[in-house]
Amino acid sequence: MIDILIAVLSTIGALAIFFASVGILRMPDFYLRLSVTVKAATMGVGLLLLCAAILFPDISVTTKAFAIIFFLIITSPISAHMIGRAAYFTDTPLWKGTIVDELAGKYDKETHELKDEVHPDDTVTEQQLSNKNDAE
Amino acid sequence: MIKQFLMNLLLSFIWVALTGSMYYTNFLFGFMIGFGILWIMNRNESDRRYFNKVPRIISFIFYFLYEMIKANVQVAYDVMTPKYFMRPGIVRYPMNAQTDMEINLLSMVISLTPGTLILDISEDRKTIYIHVMYLQDPEKFIKDTKTGLERRLLEALR
Repeated sequence: MIDILIAVLSTIGALAIFFASVGILRMPDFYLRLSVTVKAATMGVGLLLLCAAILFPDISVTTKAFAIIFFLIITSPISAHMIGRAAYFTDTPLWKGTIVDELAGKYDKETHELKDEVHPDDTVTEQQLSNKNDAE
Repeated sequence: MIKQFLMNLLLSFIWVALTGSMYYTNFLFGFMIGFGILWIMNRNESDRRYFNKVPRIISFIFYFLYEMIKANVQVAYDVMTPKYFMRPGIVRYPMNAQTDMEINLLSMVISLTPGTLILDISEDRKTIYIHVMYLQDPEKFIKDTKTGLERRLLEALR
């Protein structure tokens, strides 16, 4: 019973990591790559650690595995957020299929402050974005 | 609230001490038994909050796992098939969460759901900007997240 459970969970975990690595190759722009990689890798490593926790009937292994999963879940969204934010500051281009970018023009380029109030000409509509892509 | 939680922990430690096997399944079982005992013994209305909160937290965890697996399957399908089904976009999302803890947990949960990625939080901490992979319509996405993930999270926290 436990063998089957471990087999299923570790297969799903390994597949999640595999999809993440294929995603790095296949996704068309930086943000999508980041988006695919971070979560799938977190889920995959988490599942493999969970398998280790179930397999070894030793309390020290279990507590360590759960501690690693806990810190992984806490830290990986933060690093993804920081990398994505830095990429947006350095004007990493979005994919041409991007339909809306409501963050455009909201940043103060000098101080990196994010204004909240919405100006009507700040939001880039789908029409403007496709025009911009055509111009490029 | 905190009194009931400590009482519950104490009861589960007593269960572990009495049964003698220090293993996490046994601890969880003791916690469940302690919760049941406290729930039966509960008399005054003011202590009712704890008994509503624990099931909500557990149901939120299961809802989050379900959403995560569902979105992971979607992303995996898109990665493995030759055609792209994505419609990415950056959405401005006004939050209901107010305190630091709520904002932290909300952004963590949204970031861990595949297909969504937090890009930044505004200075006045009212809106977050989310990069979404499968965006049919920004209004619909905001409505779905508000009524699904955020409502459940805030119900579990408040």
